[in-house]
Amino acid sequence: MIRTVFLFAALACSSAVQATAQASSIPTNRQISTVALAKVLQLGKQNPLVIQVGSHTLYTQAHIPGSEYMGPANTAGGIERLRQRVESLPRDRFIVLYCGCCPWSHCPNIEPADRLLQGMGFTNVKVLFIASNFGADWVDRGYPTAKGD
Amino acid sequence: MRRILWIVVVIVIAAFLVRRMSSRSAQGHNATARAMQKPVAPDFTLPQLDGQKLTLSSYRGKVVLLDFWATWCVPCRGETPHFVELQQKYSDRGLQIIGVSMDDSPDPVHPFVQQFHVNYPIVMGTAKTGEQYGGVLGLPIAFLIDREGRIVSKHVGATDAAVFEKEISTMLSSH
Repeated sequence: MIRTVFLFAALACSSAVQATAQASSIPTNRQISTVALAKVLQLGKQNPLVIQVGSHTLYTQAHIPGSEYMGPANTAGGIERLRQRVESLPRDRFIVLYCGCCPWSHCPNIEPADRLLQGMGFTNVKVLFIASNFGADWVDRGYPTAKGD
Repeated sequence: MRRILWIVVVIVIAAFLVRRMSSRSAQGHNATARAMQKPVAPDFTLPQLDGQKLTLSSYRGKVVLLDFWATWCVPCRGETPHFVELQQKYSDRGLQIIGVSMDDSPDPVHPFVQQFHVNYPIVMGTAKTGEQYGGVLGLPIAFLIDREGRIVSKHVGATDAAVFEKEISTMLSSH
């Protein structure tokens, strides 16, 4: 029992630290709302490269049409795949990152992905702000969705 | 006069009995209708971490808490110790928690299960499993399933352990 309580307390602390770091580290001027992204995609003028940095099981169930799956960016494999995908692109390429696995403040993938692209010198990166999860904030609102790999 | 009185008494008693029986029958129908309104939990057979298959329908007769989670999901990690406690506390009364990991690989799940002393089976979920349950497009999502295999409630997002415990206790007591 004591061990469980201790474990839970340790988890809660680490979660709080993690959540704070993730939530506060992406400035609002680099975020894009679901409404704004849906409009960008609908107009079809800016042609952003949309990248999903969450899990494959979530991507396969539903994703933004045309978006590319890179894998969870909090894993070495996911972050490396993302690096390889973008390294040859012009640094002013319009890129949109999204995940939606969890509530915004708890997403473990968005911040590492954004940090990587910032570190590589990309100047036109937007991160899709998903408050709750991809299902509630994108699919349930009727925005375009695709299934499968 | 006395005969008429007796006939009236018999009619009143008969009317009372008929009404009571029809009322019970209606209650029974309502209970059945209510049960029918609850959707049957979609069945699945998925591999556990040790490779053995787990079939959800084989747990009929138990109250099942079906938890969709992942190791990278921070709220899920917070719920796990509570689920371990609930499993331990209510196992004898017929509770079975089943974790459906939505991790892309079992690799991070193995150490997680050991670290948290998870005392209930974990299966590796797929996109198909998620779709069967209406789309698992955010974690955690938990379903409470009654002993007849019907979904009683769905909890999206981190849920207070007391909420689960209250529901589970009620479900375990109702049979």
